[in-house]
Amino acid sequence: MKRIYIHEEYCIGCRLCEIHCLVRHSESKKIVKAFKEEFPRAMSMLVFEEEGYLSFALQCRHCEEAPCVQACITGAMHRDEETNAVICDQDKCVGCWMCIMVCPFGVIKRDTETKQVASKCDLCQGEDVPVCVQNCPNEAITFEER
Amino acid sequence: MKYTIIGNSAAAIGAVEAIRSQDDSGEIMVISREPYRAYSRPLITYLLAGHVDEARMYYRDDNFYERMGVRPLLGKKASALDLDERQIELEDGEQLGFEKLLIAVGGSPIVPQVDGAHLKGVFTMMEWDDTKKIQQYLETYPVSRVVVIGGGLIGLKAAEALNKLGLEVTVIELIDRIMSANFDEKASEIVQRRLIQKGIALVTQNTVERILQYKNRIGGVVLKDHRRIDCQMVIFGIGVHPNISLVEDTPIEYGKGIQVDEHMQTTVKDVYAAGDVVEVRDVLLNKVRPIAIWPNAYKQGWVAGCNMVGGRKSYPGGFAMNSIELFDVPTISVGILQNGENGFEVLKHFDRKRDVYKKIMLRDGVIVGAILVRDIDRAGIYTGLIREQINVSGFRDVLLREDFGLISLPKEYRKHLVEGEGVYL
Amino acid sequence: MSLSLYTSEFRIERDLERCIVCQVCVRQCANDCHVFDVDDDCVVSNERNCVGCHRCATLCPTNAITITQNPNDYKSNANWTARAIKNIYKQAESGGVLLTGMGCDRKLPSYFDRMLLNASQVTNPSIDPLREPMELRTHLGSKPERVTFRRTKEGYDLTTVLSPQLVIETPILFSAMSYGSISYNACLALATAARTVGTFYNTGEGGLHRDFYPFGENTIAQVASGRFGVHAEYLDVAAAIEIKIGQGAKPGIGGHLPGEKVSEEISQTRMIPVGTDAISPAPHHDIYSIEDLRQLIFALKEATGYRKPVSVKIAAVHNVAPIASGIIRAGADIVAIDGLRGGTGAAPTMIRDHVGIPIELAIAAVDRRLREEGIRHRASIIAGGGFRNSADIVKAIALGADAVYIATSALVAMGCHLCQKCYTGKCNWGIATQDPYLTRRLNPNIAQRRLVNLLRGWSLEIKEMLGGMGINAIESLRGNREHLRGVGMTQNELDILGIKGAGEAW
Repeated sequence: MKRIYIHEEYCIGCRLCEIHCLVRHSESKKIVKAFKEEFPRAMSMLVFEEEGYLSFALQCRHCEEAPCVQACITGAMHRDEETNAVICDQDKCVGCWMCIMVCPFGVIKRDTETKQVASKCDLCQGEDVPVCVQNCPNEAITFEER
Repeated sequence: MKYTIIGNSAAAIGAVEAIRSQDDSGEIMVISREPYRAYSRPLITYLLAGHVDEARMYYRDDNFYERMGVRPLLGKKASALDLDERQIELEDGEQLGFEKLLIAVGGSPIVPQVDGAHLKGVFTMMEWDDTKKIQQYLETYPVSRVVVIGGGLIGLKAAEALNKLGLEVTVIELIDRIMSANFDEKASEIVQRRLIQKGIALVTQNTVERILQYKNRIGGVVLKDHRRIDCQMVIFGIGVHPNISLVEDTPIEYGKGIQVDEHMQTTVKDVYAAGDVVEVRDVLLNKVRPIAIWPNAYKQGWVAGCNMVGGRKSYPGGFAMNSIELFDVPTISVGILQNGENGFEVLKHFDRKRDVYKKIMLRDGVIVGAILVRDIDRAGIYTGLIREQINVSGFRDVLLREDFGLISLPKEYRKHLVEGEGVYL
Repeated sequence: MSLSLYTSEFRIERDLERCIVCQVCVRQCANDCHVFDVDDDCVVSNERNCVGCHRCATLCPTNAITITQNPNDYKSNANWTARAIKNIYKQAESGGVLLTGMGCDRKLPSYFDRMLLNASQVTNPSIDPLREPMELRTHLGSKPERVTFRRTKEGYDLTTVLSPQLVIETPILFSAMSYGSISYNACLALATAARTVGTFYNTGEGGLHRDFYPFGENTIAQVASGRFGVHAEYLDVAAAIEIKIGQGAKPGIGGHLPGEKVSEEISQTRMIPVGTDAISPAPHHDIYSIEDLRQLIFALKEATGYRKPVSVKIAAVHNVAPIASGIIRAGADIVAIDGLRGGTGAAPTMIRDHVGIPIELAIAAVDRRLREEGIRHRASIIAGGGFRNSADIVKAIALGADAVYIATSALVAMGCHLCQKCYTGKCNWGIATQDPYLTRRLNPNIAQRRLVNLLRGWSLEIKEMLGGMGINAIESLRGNREHLRGVGMTQNELDILGIKGAGEAW
C-alpha cells in the first residue's frame, strides 16, 4: 500500500500542505472560496509540527493494525476496503476520543465546530496522490510503496 | 473448522474479524444472550440522553454477519459448558458442539446487597435493555429525582444522561471524590466542579443502605449516615466484574477473571477467553487483573481469533486507559495515576484560567501514567511512550508543553515511528 | 537617527481579492517583507528590504503577489543614472565598500550576442544527432607533441607516455563555488549531478567537506591564495587540482566569505574560527613570479604522483594572452580563464563591474597566441564567465576553448533569481546561505535533477547545432573560427576575435 513518508530535513515550514488539505476537505474545494466564503472554515486533517527551524507535516499513518480502529467504540473508524486507508465515518462517530487516546502519533483532531467528531487524514480518497504531497514545493513528503 | 464464540461485543467481533482475515471458509457461530446485533455498549448512556438513535447503536453495518459468514444466535444464553464432550448447553436446552471456543461474555454489573434492590424503579446501567427499561419507566411513571449509586465512569455517564433529560440527579459515592479509580485528586476536583455547576447533587463518603418502597415502586433511599433522600428511580452505576458464572463448575481456572496465557488460551486447550471476562497482565502494575476497556477487549479478541486459526500471536498485556468527556470536559487518563508508592516522579501543569490540567507520572525515567483534562489532543503520544517504555529523562521538560508533539521526541524514535509502516500491536 | 535616502528597489503588490491570509509569504521571506497584522487579520508588505527574489510570489498558492520595480523615478539623467545616485546614498550612510553578488550586470557590448553560427546547406550536409552518433566527449589535459607506436603481434602499442587527462562526457563543467558561499545541499546537488552526467565540479576556495570525499572522482580541488582547507587528503581525493590565481568577478583581489556565513561546519572545512571573515589574500604569497608558479605546479604534481592534471585559473585581464602562455610553459595541464561576467558570492561592486575583459575576446586572444607560439596542444583551455545558453557554449568552443565552466547558470537552474544579495547570507532559495532555516529549502534531490536536466538539454542543443554545421565531434569545432560570423562589430573587434563579418564567405 502506498503511504506518505516524511523527510523532515526538507520541510521548509511553508504549510502549503496544510492549506491544500483544508481546501480538499472544504465544501467548494476552491482555495479562495474555502478561505474567504465558507463559515465555519474547513479543518485541515494533518497535524503540522514546528520548533525552531525543524518542522514537518504529520498525516495519519494508516497503520496495518490501526490502534484507532481497535479502540473505536462505535465502529466509525474503519478500513476502507478499496483504498486500504483508515477512514472515520463522521456520521457514526460520537466524539468519545478513544482514538485520540491510542494513536501514538497524535494525528487525530477534535472537530467541535458543528458536531463533535474525530477528524483525520483520509489519504484524499479519490485522488491518485494526496494533495499535501502534490503541493509540497520541496518534496518533503512523498507518496511511495516501500 | 468450527469456531464458536459466546459473546457478541468488542472481543467477539475482534475474534470474528481476525478469524476471517485468515480463514474464509471455516464456520463461525456467535451465541449472544442479548437479542441485538453487535452494538456499542458504551453508547447506552448516549442513547438514554438522546444523543444517538437506535440505528447508530450498532457496532458494525447491517449485513456484517452475512458478509463475514457468521451464524448469529441472538437472544440465546449459554448456561453450561461440558468441556469433556465439547458441548455448550443453552438455557433453552439446546446443545451445541464446538471445536474451538472463545468465551467473551464480558462483565456483569456489581449490585451490592441493599435492601430493596429488587423493587420496581431500580436499574443497572449495563446493556441496551437497561436503557430501554429506564426509558419505558420514565414514560410510565412520574420521576423527578434519580439517585445514582457510584461516582465512577458508569455512574457519572448515567447521571449526565439523566441530567440532560431534565431530571434532578443525586450521585452517591463511597470514596471522598468522584472517578477515584481513574483520576487523581486534581482531575476529580475539576470535573466535580463542573458536575455541581450542572446542577447535579453529589454526596461523597457515603453509601445507600436501604431503598424505600412507595406504592409499588420506590420512594427514596436511606444512606449510611441515616440521611434520607427522596427519589423515584435508583440506578446502580458501581461497575462491572467479570462474568465467570459460566466457567465456575469447569476445569477452567479463574481468579477475578478467567485466566489466560499470552495467546488468550485458558487452562483448557482450544478454549480461549477475551475481553471484560478475563484477567491479564497489567504491564505497569505488574500484576494480573481484569482490565475492562473496549480497546483491550477488541485487541484480545483479535489475538484469540488469530490463535484459534492456528497462529501464534501474543497479547503482551495491557494497562488502564480511559477517554471520557464528562459535562463538556474532555479527559483522558492512561496508566498509573495514584502516587501512593514511592519512586514516582510527578510532572504537573495546571492552568487555572483555562481549567487545563496535565499530569505525568514517571518511574525510573519511563512514563507510567498520564492524565489530561481539556487539552487532550496529543494524548496518544503519551500512550505510545508508555507502551514502548521509552526513557524520557532526556526531554522531560518538554512533556507538558502546550505544543508538545513528535517534534519534541528524539529524532531516532520519531523517524522510527514515521518512517515505519505504522504501529504493530 | 537620520533619514535614509536609499528607497526600496521593489514594490510588492498584493491582490487582496486573492489573498487568503495563509501567511506562506510571511513565513518564507528571509527579509521580513511580509508581516501578519493580527488585529486586522491581513498581511501587509514592508518593502524596505525586498531584494526581488520572488520567493513569495512563487509559493503563493493563489498567485496574489506581484513584484515590480519601484517606479520612484529620478529626473532622467543619462549620466547620473538611478543606480549611480543610489550607490552614493548607500556609501554616504555606511562609509564602506559597496558589496554585491553574482556577475557584472552593466550594459556592455556582448560579443556572444553579436556572433552567429553557420549551418550546412547542400554541400557538407547536416548530420541528424538523433540518428547519427555525435561525439561530445572531451579530454582535458596536456596533449603530446606527437604520438609514437610500436608494432606488436596483435597490432600496435602506444609508446608515448600520456599526461593525465580529465574525461568529460559533455564540454561543460561546474565552475568553482565554495562550500561557504553556497550551502551544503547546493554542493551535494552539484557533486551528484557531475557524477551522473560524467563531468566535474569544482570545490572553490572552501576546501572539501568530508561527506563529499566519495565524489572525489568528479571533483576538482582548488588551491587558492588563502589555502583554505588544503591538506594532503584533500589533494589525494580529487581528480584534478586547480591553482586559483584570480577569478572573473574580482580580478586582482582574493575571495571573500563574510563572517555571517562562517558556521561550525564551514569553520571545520576551511580550518578557520567560526564567525570570522574568510578573506583570501590578493596574491598567493609564495607566487611572485612565473618561476614560483612553476614551482607550485610541480610541487602539487609531486605530491600527487603525477597522476592528476594541474589547472591554473586566471581572470580575463588585458594581458591574458601572454599570461596564459607563461602559465603553460610553467607546466599547467589546463588553463581556466574567467571572464568579466563571472559570478561571485561577494565582491566589491566597483571591481566586479569595471575590472576585467569579456571572455569571448580573452578566448580568441589566448587561442591565437598559443597557436602562434606552437604550444596550443600543451594545455586545454576552459572558459567561464556568464554563459547563459548552449549557443554561448558553442561559440566559445568555436573561438578556441576546449570546454566551458558554468556557475551562474547552474545556480539559476537550482532556483537562483539573481537578486545579487548572496553576501548577506539570506538567500531565500537556500543556495547562498548557511542558515539552517533557509538551507533546507534546497532539496538536493530536486536540485540535482534540475542540474542534470540543464546539462542534458544543453548537450542535446549543442549536438543539434554541431549537426547543423555538418560536424559530428566537438573536436572539429574547437577553434574553428570559420563557423562564426560577427554582426554589428567593428573591423577591429572582428580582427581580435579572428572572425569574418556576416555576409562574407570563406
